[in-house]
Amino acid sequence: MENLIQLSLKGNKRACAKLITLVENYPEEAEKVLKEIHQYTGKAHIIGITGPPGAGKSTLTDKLTKGLVDQGYKVGIIAIDPTSPYSGGSILGDRIRMQDLALNTNVFIRSMGTRGYLGGLSKYTKNALKVLDAAGYDYIIIETVGVGQSEVDIVKTADTILMIMVPGLGDDIQSIKAGIMEIGDIFVINKSDLFGADRTATEVNMMLDLSMNMDRRPPVIKVIASKNEGIDDLIAEIKSHIDYLKESGRLIERRTKNLKLEVVELIESELRKIVITHTDSENRLDKEVINILNKEKNMYEVRDEFLGGINGKKD
Amino acid sequence: MKPIRVLIAKPGLDGHDRGAKLIARALRDAGMEVIYTGLRQTPEQIVAAAVQEDVDVIGMSLLSGAHNYLFPRVVELLKEQDADDILIVGGGVIPDDDIPALKEAGIAEIFTPGTTTTQMIEFIKTNIKR
Ligand SMILES: Nc1nc2c(ncn2[C@@H]2O[C@H](COP(=O)(O)OP(=O)(O)O)[C@@H](O)[C@H]2O)c(=O)[nH]1
Ligand SMILES: [Mg+2]
Repeated sequence: MENLIQLSLKGNKRACAKLITLVENYPEEAEKVLKEIHQYTGKAHIIGITGPPGAGKSTLTDKLTKGLVDQGYKVGIIAIDPTSPYSGGSILGDRIRMQDLALNTNVFIRSMGTRGYLGGLSKYTKNALKVLDAAGYDYIIIETVGVGQSEVDIVKTADTILMIMVPGLGDDIQSIKAGIMEIGDIFVINKSDLFGADRTATEVNMMLDLSMNMDRRPPVIKVIASKNEGIDDLIAEIKSHIDYLKESGRLIERRTKNLKLEVVELIESELRKIVITHTDSENRLDKEVINILNKEKNMYEVRDEFLGGINGKKD
Repeated sequence: MKPIRVLIAKPGLDGHDRGAKLIARALRDAGMEVIYTGLRQTPEQIVAAAVQEDVDVIGMSLLSGAHNYLFPRVVELLKEQDADDILIVGGGVIPDDDIPALKEAGIAEIFTPGTTTTQMIEFIKTNIKR
């Protein structure tokens, strides 16, 4: 593993891929890897791309990556597709739109399934992100499945969020309003070759103008990803957002806030394990639940007894 | 538990991927993570994708007859990358006479048109190198 880490830090793709497998699947190894690479992380700028299925997110990721690579950057991509809740398997098809990138030395693409995690990202996306960050990718693009409220997850992960829309959303625009207008840093109207692009752009602009409490009005730009049109403008907008984040102190603010959440989650998941082992031992939970059903105890007493037991053990 | 990861690729110039998609779905329904890369992949692209995705299996399907060159080429490129622990299987329209040489070259199994997806899944599960 030590060897894999050293190789990955030097840019070896096979080692990087193996490390991602470790941090995605094996919690104990993940912890070791992430401790070791911690000092090399935090340099990459994370771009989240979200929007409805078929909006052109993968196509846009492909073109955006080419543009960034042409400017001399290294780009890592994490492309996420949903895992089937029935079989636990998935078909990850985003690479179809990124075929030309496979052989580019400055690009690394990894497909991930959501694996039952409801947030639109996989629970382990952040771990994979850190491996790519430490491996020296300047930009990391996360393409997420944009359905329902799942976008909220990307907020906890990305520095710049691109909200992808397409002409003719109609009613969808209304549904998108709730919760989603707030999280986009740049609104991209893709498929602007199709009828209705101007109207969609106008509607999005109107909605953004109505939104209060924004200290930066997000830009709305029209692109045609499939024809590589508007990509330079998009890159300029991304860079302008980065400048804004840095100058206003928002980058630190965002990352601090997200890190706090991450640490709390980490502690919670450990606590949960302690609680489960404790309540599981000698079927204590089952017994106490009977007591609650029989009205011999109430839940709050039971809670306090368990907590007392856990605390007693630690002392 | 780590799901089995499979890259399904269509090397060569033929434009049909219905068969490949059917297999991709069957593997998904068997709980595998299937990375589908689309049509007209070069051996170089297939191997680069397999390395980045760290797959356990590469499945290639071919109808155009270039299998005697394309399949072994993938094996060769994987060896160059020290990634020859990946299980390679092939399918499509492949004459019986060609199969021994392909196996000799490092293709673990050739699934001929009669093979059921259940048989493929079974083969993958028992032969992946972990
Ligand atoms: N007309 C048009 N089609 C596009 C454009 N960008 C992508 N597409 C097509 O939209 C479909 C879905 O694209 P994809 O990138 O897979 O969408 P995703 O599901 O959001 O990742 C594909 O057939 C693309 O070729 C565009 O700018 N204009
Ligand atoms: Mg996609």
